[in-house]
Amino acid sequence: MAQEMRIVLRNYGKIDPLKIEDYIGVGGYQSLAKAKGMGQSAVIDEVRKSNLRGRGGAGFNAGMKWGFSYNTPADQKYVVCNADEGEPGTYKDRIIMQNDPHTLLEGMAICGYAIGATKGFIYCRGEYPYVVDVLNTAIDQAKASGVLGDFDIEVRMGAGAYVCGEETALIESIEGHRGEPRFKPPFPGVAGLWGKPTVVNNVETFANVPVILEKGAEWFSSIGAAKYPGTKVFTLTGDVVNKTFFELPTDVTIRDVVFGMGGGVKDGKKLKAVQIGGTSGGFIPESLLDTQVDFDSMSAIGATLGSGAVFVMDEDTDLVDVIDRITKFFEHESCGKCAPCREGTKRMHEIVSKVNKGLATADDIALSERLGKVMTRACLCGLGQAAPAPLLTTLSHFRPEFNAKLG
Amino acid sequence: MADYNEIISAFKNKPGGIIEAFHAIQKEYSYIPEEAVVAAADAFDMSKARAYGVATFYSYLKVGKRGKNVIRICESAPCHVAGADKVVAALEKELGIKMGETTGDGKFTLEFTECVGQCQATPVITINSVPYGDVTAEKVGEILAAYK
Ligand SMILES: Cc1cc2nc3c(=O)[nH]c(=O)nc-3n(C[C@H](O)[C@H](O)[C@H](O)COP(=O)(O)O)c2cc1C
Ligand code: SF4
Ligand code: FES
Repeated sequence: MAQEMRIVLRNYGKIDPLKIEDYIGVGGYQSLAKAKGMGQSAVIDEVRKSNLRGRGGAGFNAGMKWGFSYNTPADQKYVVCNADEGEPGTYKDRIIMQNDPHTLLEGMAICGYAIGATKGFIYCRGEYPYVVDVLNTAIDQAKASGVLGDFDIEVRMGAGAYVCGEETALIESIEGHRGEPRFKPPFPGVAGLWGKPTVVNNVETFANVPVILEKGAEWFSSIGAAKYPGTKVFTLTGDVVNKTFFELPTDVTIRDVVFGMGGGVKDGKKLKAVQIGGTSGGFIPESLLDTQVDFDSMSAIGATLGSGAVFVMDEDTDLVDVIDRITKFFEHESCGKCAPCREGTKRMHEIVSKVNKGLATADDIALSERLGKVMTRACLCGLGQAAPAPLLTTLSHFRPEFNAKLG
Repeated sequence: MADYNEIISAFKNKPGGIIEAFHAIQKEYSYIPEEAVVAAADAFDMSKARAYGVATFYSYLKVGKRGKNVIRICESAPCHVAGADKVVAALEKELGIKMGETTGDGKFTLEFTECVGQCQATPVITINSVPYGDVTAEKVGEILAAYK
C-alpha cells in the first residue's frame, strides 16, 4: 500500500509556524545560504536537473522556467508566488502556508537569487485573510533576522476571481487591474509583472526548492514517477472515508489515493466516479483507477493531475446534477474577454441545466459536445479551454446517466 | 470607523494598490461605498469607469451597501453534494431573507460563494471570512447566535 512521504510538508506539526527560530532550528534558510555559495546558473541547473515540475497545474519544468528569466536582461525582475488556490476542492497551498510559511519564503528567495530578482510577491486569495496574517508575520520575522538578504517579499490579496489563478491574469491583478488573461507570448518569464521578467510558480513548487537544494537533484529525481518526480499533496473531498490531505510520491495510483489513503467510499457504498485536479478536471470511472497519478499518466487517460484535489462520488451521485453545478461555476468565473468562453460557458450551462431538468433531447447533448470541442480549441486561456472537460469526460464514460434524463 | 479617504491615501503610493485599498475599505465597512470607488479613481489616477471596472470584477468585493455580517455559503461541487442546499434553506429560514438579501436591521447578508478552501469539512460557510465547517441545518442557529 502507498505510504505517505513528506517533502513539502516535512515540518508539518513539528514546528511553530509563527516562530522563525523553529524553522531555523530544523535547518531552515541553510539552503538559501548554500544556493548563494553555488552561483546563479548552478542553482538553476540543479533545479532543472531535479525535474521539479510545476505543482500549479501546467507541469512545466521549474528550472527551465527560471532559466528564461535569468537569461533575459532587465533592470528589475520579479518572483511571484501563485497562492490563489481557487480550484474547488483544493486547500493544499493553505496547509503549506499555515504550517510552514518560511519554506515558501526560502524557496522564493532562492529563485530570486537565481534569476537576479530582488522583489517577490505572494498573491494569496482574498478568502484566506488568516493565511495572509501568517505570511506577514513570517515575512516580518525573516526581514528582522536578515535571512532574506536584499530580497523583499510582499503579500497581495486576490479578491474572489478564479481566473486570477491563471498567471497572466494574476499579474494583471497585482498591477491593480481587472484580472483578464493576456495574450501569450510573451510569456511572463520574459515580460511579466510591469513588463519585467517574472517567474510565477505555485506555493507547492516553491516549497520543494529548499529540500532540492539541500539533498540534491539526484535524490529528488529518483522519487516517484520518473517524468514527474517528487511528491504531490492531495486533498480528498466528497464521499470518501478520510476527508483529509496526504502527501504521496507521484508513482502511486488513483486507487492508492482513494482506497488506500482515502479509506475508500463512505458508508460502504460503491464508487461511481472520481474527479481529480479540481473542478476543471476530467471525470474518471472505476475502470481507470489503476492509472498512476503523475502528470503524464493522467493526461494519457484524458484526465489531469491539476491541483491534486480528489473529489470522490459514490454510486448514488447524480452526475448530471454535479455537471450542472460545475458548468454554472464556469459561467460565473469566465472573465468575458473572449467570445468562445463568455458565450460558450453560458450556453453550456444552459444545455446541461435543461438535461438536468429532464427537458433536453439527444440533439441538445450533441450540441453541447460540439460546443465543448470548439471551446477546448478556441478559448484564449486555460479556463475556457478546460471548462468543457468535466462534461466531455462524463459523456464519454457515463453517457447513460445523461440519456436517462432526456425528456 | 476609519474614513475611506484616509484608507485610500495609505495605499496611494503602492503600485497597483487599488485592490488592496478596496480590501481595507471593505474590512472596515463590510462593503465598498460607491463614493469610495470615485475617490479611489482619483487617488490612483484612473477614470471612474476603470476603478468601477476593477471593483466589480472581483466577486469578493461588493460595491454598495450590505449587512454588517456577511454570510457566504460555498456552492462549489464538493459542498454542493455535501448538502449546501439544506444549509441555505436553514439560513434563509433563520434570518427570514432569501439568498442575496440583507435583513431589515442591516445585521446580516446572505451570499453564495465558490470554494473557500476549507473542503475538508464540507459544507462550508464563512461569516466575515471566518470559516465554519461541517455545517448542518441544526447547527445554523448556534453559529448565528454569536453574531446577534
Ligand atoms: C483558470 C486557471 C486557474 C489557475 N489557478 C491556479 C492556481 O490557483 N494556483 C496555481 O498555482 N496555478 C494556477 N493556474 C496555473 C497558472 O497559470 C500557472 O501555470 C502556475 O501558477 C505556474 O506555476 P507552477 O509552474 O509552479 O505550477 C491556473 C491556470 C488557469 C488557466
Ligand atoms: S477563456 Fe474565458 S476566462 Fe480565459 S480569457 Fe477567455 S473569457 Fe476570459
Ligand atoms: S468546495 Fe466548499 S469550501 Fe471547498
